[in-house]
Amino acid sequence: MKIANKDISAVSLVKEALEKAKKYKDYNIFISMNEEAALKEAAEIDEKIARGEKVGKLAGVPFALKDNFLSPDGQTTAGAHILEGFKSPVTATIVEKLKAEGAIVIGRTNLDAFAHGSSTENSYFGPTRNAYDFERVAGGSSGGSAVAVALDIVPFATGSDTGGSIRQPAAFNGVYGLKPTYGSTSRYGVVAMASSTDSMGFFTKTPEDMDLLMSITSGQDKKDLTTLPDFYNTSESKEVKRIGIIKDFDNESVDAEIREALKTKCEALRNKGFEIVELDMPVLKYALAVYYIIQPAEVASNLSRYDGVRYGFRSEDSKDLDSLYEKTRDEGFMPENKRRIMIGNFVLSSGFYDAYFLKAAKARTLIIKEYEDAFSKCDFILTPVSSNPAFKLGEKVNDPVAMYLEDLMSVSVNLAGVPGLSIPAGMTKAGLPIGLQLVGPRRSDKNLIEFSKELI
Amino acid sequence: MKYFPTIGIECHVQLSTKTKLFSEVDNDARGKEPNSCVSPIDYALPGMLPRLNGEAIKFAVRAGKAMNCEINKSSRFDRKHYFYPDSPKGYQITQFYHPIIGAGFVELPSGEKVRIEHAHLEGDAGKLTHFGSYSLVDLNRVDTPLIEIVSMPDIHSAKAAHDYCKELWRLMRYAKVTHGDLYNGNMRFDVNVSLAPEDSDELGTRAEVKNLNSFRSVERAVEYEIKRQTKILEAGERVIQETRGWSDATGETTGQRSKEEAKDYRYMPEPDLPPVNLSAEFIDEQLADFPLMPADYREKFKGIIAEDTLEVLLDYPELMKKLGELPTDPTTIKLVSNLFASVLLAEEKSAEYLNDLPDKKQLSELAEMNEKKELSSTATKEVFLRLFDPQMKGKDTKAIAKELGVIQENDLGALEAIVDMVLAKPETKKAQDDFKNGEEKVIGFLVGQVMKESKGKANPSVAQQILREKLTK
Repeated sequence: MKIANKDISAVSLVKEALEKAKKYKDYNIFISMNEEAALKEAAEIDEKIARGEKVGKLAGVPFALKDNFLSPDGQTTAGAHILEGFKSPVTATIVEKLKAEGAIVIGRTNLDAFAHGSSTENSYFGPTRNAYDFERVAGGSSGGSAVAVALDIVPFATGSDTGGSIRQPAAFNGVYGLKPTYGSTSRYGVVAMASSTDSMGFFTKTPEDMDLLMSITSGQDKKDLTTLPDFYNTSESKEVKRIGIIKDFDNESVDAEIREALKTKCEALRNKGFEIVELDMPVLKYALAVYYIIQPAEVASNLSRYDGVRYGFRSEDSKDLDSLYEKTRDEGFMPENKRRIMIGNFVLSSGFYDAYFLKAAKARTLIIKEYEDAFSKCDFILTPVSSNPAFKLGEKVNDPVAMYLEDLMSVSVNLAGVPGLSIPAGMTKAGLPIGLQLVGPRRSDKNLIEFSKELI
Repeated sequence: MKYFPTIGIECHVQLSTKTKLFSEVDNDARGKEPNSCVSPIDYALPGMLPRLNGEAIKFAVRAGKAMNCEINKSSRFDRKHYFYPDSPKGYQITQFYHPIIGAGFVELPSGEKVRIEHAHLEGDAGKLTHFGSYSLVDLNRVDTPLIEIVSMPDIHSAKAAHDYCKELWRLMRYAKVTHGDLYNGNMRFDVNVSLAPEDSDELGTRAEVKNLNSFRSVERAVEYEIKRQTKILEAGERVIQETRGWSDATGETTGQRSKEEAKDYRYMPEPDLPPVNLSAEFIDEQLADFPLMPADYREKFKGIIAEDTLEVLLDYPELMKKLGELPTDPTTIKLVSNLFASVLLAEEKSAEYLNDLPDKKQLSELAEMNEKKELSSTATKEVFLRLFDPQMKGKDTKAIAKELGVIQENDLGALEAIVDMVLAKPETKKAQDDFKNGEEKVIGFLVGQVMKESKGKANPSVAQQILREKLTK
């Protein structure tokens, strides 16, 4: 994915991507395409190259945007009816940085509405199909982006990861997916889900591409006060000796083939001279409970702005202010959005705040501490991403708890703010991709990506 | 039974920062089109994140100091949720759990102290204008920085409530954190009033009167509430805890919604803003050359400036600052403070003058000339007003007085010569005879002649003295 040299023109790269997108239309990967503008931008880049002008590191490279990244390239829906037709006047910082290097948005990918979900089935625009099995889910919430990369439509796509939304679909579709350290990439201009765990990252086919994208997009952004000064491009390489595995995650509830894949990788690492360390992380079993208090609370708060007053969808037949709010939000949100709004408002309501939100916030501190302790014993941790490979469409849609359990092994990473990289780790006998997750201490993103090459 | 009122006041102060609290948009929407001072952050586009205006933090530190408050080294922001079109985000960003300004007190002119519970930073809401079947929304005011000042229930009369609000208004203007334009809602007061039997230790049920924007309406609303609640209690009924609105026109409060069914604001820490951590050096830096406050001036000018004059002047921080710069001898202070109160403030253009006062050298010279009787009191006023002419800037007061030709002739020799000249004139002959025959009042005519001859420069009382001496010899 280096600079488009004169052998391949940007226009032909973009055309090819657009054709592939059409070919896989049935997978419902994209919510909207950006064909005309993409071809125009590609032609401009070709002209620049022809004139011998300097072009960016991603000049002419087509990519897909998860449809919760704001940019003036068509509408930004976040997979939700309530934002259908919403055209943003501003551009997300990450998109700005990618465009500045010459990357070209070819389309916007499907997601669970407002990124609430683990299968992309909660999208107002219908589910995305798994790249390897048309009857199975793409994972989620960044399902469209994962499949777009898995099917080679684009070399990379953006994603947002609040509790596993990049890593799980990456695992389900056999590609790399990075949730970076909280604060390494800017959240500005990405439709907020849960602000304290939202992290912006990418799907790629290789660790090298991931490295390039992170080197371009990380760093402090004055538009997002939670961003950290750039540590990615100043990271020093560190010798890796010990890899931790979490004892609690090695149990019957995890698919046998996934556990086997983990063992195989550990064996390979041992053979390369790495030490495998077993970790006791008893607090992690509370991570899901903590996550499903903090996340819905922040979700309920962040979704308050969708009221039909200033932009997006507004219900037609409201007669006064209250009915405008009620009908717009009733018709505009998906059932899963409403479920989280209700849970969130419940845990924040006066009289319950201390028992739920405050207690969860305290438990979160313990989880952070648990990871700090773990990284005093090892350099990185290797775990499964999810308990199972991609499940069938409709299988868990009516069982929210089963769907939430999908996040069991991914959410603690978000709560701790540490980086997690989903890496392809073989296939099941049925032909479904298996993904494993490499977790590192805060600010270890570059070394984490570098180390993942040992696991290829 | 006698009832004893207890009053607590929450005051919202709009800070006069250049930009808004969470965006880089112009904070001064005066005279601007509706919805023209609004950024995507203010109108809550998806994906927008608040930024924090450092100037507002500095202002908060100064405001806290003005009220003798602790400045909290670490504070945080929280979200307060409610649905209404004046709140585009669906929540207000405020400081519920960890405010930037801690406990302090405000001293009233009477010497009473009202303790401050805390004060916090928050964003203002937009403005709605209601019409028959629709309402218009103006978001210009959204996220204008506010500090909300919460008093302890230390106020027990309508007068004290009035004085407290006025003193806050003064303090905020002395600390230079607000324009303090009450008419435009720069400061707004919510007043809690409750009554309890005089011998009771417990507070009664309170009613809150919201959104008062003048000291007079604070005073009237409290008076009204005390009467209303007394009547209820005397009838053996219970006061309902509720929010009430005030009408200046009717002079009454009316129930709005009762607190029992009030909204649950579902407070939550604001995850988009890191905690605000202030170093001791930063705080000191903001308070370097912090101006004197009204209480300081009361102390400083005690026994020099009459209390009622001082309370008038204290409304004008510029005048107090100037008085503070003058030499501390009581005669100078007395004269200049009187000129400020009775001459300057009576001028039509006094508001303009406040911004460009004569320098302290000019004023002390003026006081000196007055003291030496070189200027009559009328001439002193004339020269004083002349000092406000932009062309007189930095000029010697004496030179200005000379130019105006109003310096009094106090030289006895010179004056005697003029008197002799007047007495030699035939037209004064009759008056002289009349005076000698005991007609006292003709002395006025003779003094007038001396004044005329001296072109107004003679000191009339000295002239009269000389005339009397000569005529009774």
